[in-house]
Amino acid sequence: MENDTVYSAISKYNQDKTRLMDILIEIQDNENYISDDAVRIISEKLELSIVDVEQTISFYHFLSKKSLGKYTIYLNNSVISNMNGRQIVAETFENEVGCKFGKVTEDGTIGLFDTACIGMSDQEPAALINGNVFIHLTPFRVKEIVRDIRAGKDVKNMHTSYLGGGQNKSEYLKSVVRNNIMRMGPVLSDDYNPGTIIKKKLVQLAPEQVIEEIKTSNIRGRGGAGFPTGFKWEFCRKAKGDKKYILCNADEGEPGTFKDRVILTERPKLLFEGMVIAGYSIGATEGILYLRYEYKYLKNYLENILEETRGKNLLGKDIGGIKGFNFDIRIQLGAGAYVCGEESALIESVEGKRGEPRDRPPFPVEKGYNDCPTVVNNVETLCSVVKIMLNGGEWYSSLGTHESTGTKVLSISGDCRYPGIYEVEWGLTISDILDMVGATGVQAIQVGGPSGSLIGPEEFERKLCYSDLVTGGSFIIFNYNRDLLKNVVLNFTDFFIEESCGSCVPCRAMTPLLKQKLEKILSGNGVANDLEDILKWGKLMKTNRCGLGHTAANPILTSLKNFRYLYEEKLERGKEYETGFNLEQAVSESCEATTRVPNF
Amino acid sequence: MADIINFTIDGKECMAEKGIFILQAAKENDIYIPSLCNYEGVKPQGSCRICSIKTNGQFVTACTTPVADGMEIENNTDEINDMRKSIIELLFVEGNHFCPACEMSGDCELQALAYRFQMMVPRFIYQFPLREIDARHPKILKDQNRCIRCKRCIRTIKDEKGRSVFAFYGRGKNIEVNVDPVLGSKLTDKLAAKAIEVCPVGSILPREKGFRTPIGQRKFDHEPIGSEYKH
Amino acid sequence: MSKPVIATATLAGCFGCHMSLLDIDEKILDLIELVEFNKSPIDDIKNFTKKCDIGLIEGGCCNSENVHVLKDFRNNCKILISFGECAIMGGLPAFRNPIPIKECLEEAYLNGPSVKGHNESGILPNDDEIPMMLDKVYPCHEIVKIDYFLPGCPPSAELIWNALTALISGKEMNLPYEVIKFD
Repeated sequence: MENDTVYSAISKYNQDKTRLMDILIEIQDNENYISDDAVRIISEKLELSIVDVEQTISFYHFLSKKSLGKYTIYLNNSVISNMNGRQIVAETFENEVGCKFGKVTEDGTIGLFDTACIGMSDQEPAALINGNVFIHLTPFRVKEIVRDIRAGKDVKNMHTSYLGGGQNKSEYLKSVVRNNIMRMGPVLSDDYNPGTIIKKKLVQLAPEQVIEEIKTSNIRGRGGAGFPTGFKWEFCRKAKGDKKYILCNADEGEPGTFKDRVILTERPKLLFEGMVIAGYSIGATEGILYLRYEYKYLKNYLENILEETRGKNLLGKDIGGIKGFNFDIRIQLGAGAYVCGEESALIESVEGKRGEPRDRPPFPVEKGYNDCPTVVNNVETLCSVVKIMLNGGEWYSSLGTHESTGTKVLSISGDCRYPGIYEVEWGLTISDILDMVGATGVQAIQVGGPSGSLIGPEEFERKLCYSDLVTGGSFIIFNYNRDLLKNVVLNFTDFFIEESCGSCVPCRAMTPLLKQKLEKILSGNGVANDLEDILKWGKLMKTNRCGLGHTAANPILTSLKNFRYLYEEKLERGKEYETGFNLEQAVSESCEATTRVPNF
Repeated sequence: MADIINFTIDGKECMAEKGIFILQAAKENDIYIPSLCNYEGVKPQGSCRICSIKTNGQFVTACTTPVADGMEIENNTDEINDMRKSIIELLFVEGNHFCPACEMSGDCELQALAYRFQMMVPRFIYQFPLREIDARHPKILKDQNRCIRCKRCIRTIKDEKGRSVFAFYGRGKNIEVNVDPVLGSKLTDKLAAKAIEVCPVGSILPREKGFRTPIGQRKFDHEPIGSEYKH
Repeated sequence: MSKPVIATATLAGCFGCHMSLLDIDEKILDLIELVEFNKSPIDDIKNFTKKCDIGLIEGGCCNSENVHVLKDFRNNCKILISFGECAIMGGLPAFRNPIPIKECLEEAYLNGPSVKGHNESGILPNDDEIPMMLDKVYPCHEIVKIDYFLPGCPPSAELIWNALTALISGKEMNLPYEVIKFD
């Protein structure tokens, strides 16, 4: 039985090494684990060694060599999930299922696991069960779900609420996920007829002219890094190579971000047209949408739309009647790795490997996917491109501020009245945003997700723009009831420890040490020197290779910068040196083992 | 003829062929940039970060960054040396490095760097992780306690079909370098010797041999690592 | 002027570092001239009789007794030095550190090849007179503040001599490359 799945997955992807991810995901989804036998068969058929196959499996959160249960439940353990009552939900799961998190029931039916932010911060606590999203979990709902599982019900038919709004209730999606679009701007607005740009503009314009228009708009990458899109395209267009690729980064992994999920649900045609425009401009024939595993529930829906688009000649051969313009898109699923949001790691992952960021140079525009010139763009960037082509680069550059043109789609969550997504022009102040979403009594905001900064009220007049506060879209609000160090900073730091690829020494080894420092301070054993150590040690993170490595200590470093008093409150007064060693604690294990009462 | 370009390291005027990596360019100008994961003749990886230098105010790894005309490189400064020392100390505390009981002591590049940077004690807390020793293979031992995950063996040792004998397993702080159960047991004498040779520490060892060089005759007993360079 | 007072102790160590301290040949006579020894296994003074200038610690801390001695040294010595790998990083006794102490005790007293079948009562030593084992062997500076570190297994006699004379004379320490080794 099981080996059939393995053989069919291998032949489905033509024994292609670069499709190893797809093969592994297919086996994982069907068998809920990848057995030794499966690894052996794959290694033989793909001419890889066993460790080659295992290095990929062991890199990704959702791939496992151990059985994860017929029903695999991943409950989000993000800060937002905790703020919305995750603990009681988790306890209820454990009680009802009869096993702890990280384990599978003895009969192999249900597995309970933690997972990082699944892109549902406006509807937490949320969980993935066999890839299907369950939102707004409560103890009552958990009991119901476990009962349904025990009754052998299909996960797809377990929902009790109405389906989510917009396309969430469409035939291919049937999901309870809510869109919560709170504010639409030019990019999200639906006043657009798919195919218009291809049929009316691309036919008249040379690729260079399209790139010029994008450069005029001055749009920068919306994933967070902010590289000017027009220049990226131009570099790639000019790079030498027979084959070029456009990759769309839908690996929305920054905790607190969920805007791409909404765009993918509501504006997929806009996105695909953006990929076609990019493909036309750089001279690519293939586009790949890298979809994070957490959004796997969107895959069939998106594939159906791709098929529909092909039917309208907006993908495929001689697109829109442009002779010789051939371009198609496929979807590549990720398998759970935050670092794959980094463009070179994403490329590695699409090639079927571990998502380890590459050394630069060479840059992906010169040497990317399969060593060919490649552009990696964010979902929002590619959607914006279509509107730029529709209304002109000049029009777009009139929005926002002089150097941060256009709009930004924000994912806003946490302590506010109306969490959801908001498309705003660049240049708004933080105070404006708080007023917009109905947030009062705000102690702190995490701007740009854990890799960004934790800022306090004295910075609320700062502006969202590339020259001041830049963000990939995550905006998490904390009121004064939140314990920032214990419940926010520690959680974010754990996230980075979990998500480090492990390649660079400072990233994999320093982050856990900084966490130990924070724990020492939280336990009341900290002294002033510990704060100085954190600042000094934190500088080492700048030697890491990628953005994750550079920012992995940001939760601790930015909170220490902006909320130093929270740290100082916890220090031991007047003490110069303290190791934090606790004799009672250190002997407790051995005393227990030898049934002895400790005496001091 | 290849393009020759000019650049400086700590103010010293240097010349090199355009496009070669900074590490190599420095060597050719008799300047030592400490490195650990780099191995001559193998594609550089930039994972230990010890060779990081500063140019334009940014840290970049000398082993993977091509030298450019007019580049001003900071190498032997207090800031950079302390950064390098920190990384060495991180490696000591993240694994289990018991030098007194290690076959490679005296010949180990990690230890040699610690000597060069006068590490008396790491500034970080020892982690003492639980790691295993893989003794299943007829020709080599793989001691995970001492592995610094430099990927030298991963990058170098491939079988005739190009398959990896060594590969990473896991990620983050728990990452390990595993030996292929099939290819590991079929390792030729030549490849086994090569694997032992490329390992900078005592993580890949020959079986039934050890402590063969007396103290006083080992690689780093008398001169610091990098002593072959003038600067 | 009175001579500087030195105290020494071996915690979880093998006495090798103390041997190295004595291995300074005829210089030992100079040392006696230069300093006075207080609490130390060398002169068998069991308790501090006065405040000391320099404390030398060999070995890490593997049990509650080691911790008491170490803290006693910290309280009675102006300068405290970890000498040798065990004091600095736990050394060979710290081989047990990754393994839970319960497993270590069971291996040592119940399951190990030399004890298996000979401990019928299955008791792990737990008399109140025996020091309590710590969960792992701690480097000394993870328990109290340590001022200087002299690596080596053992630290070379030259290193110890250089360090002590530098400290006593207030001159900068002479540390040639060959003197600092971890083995």
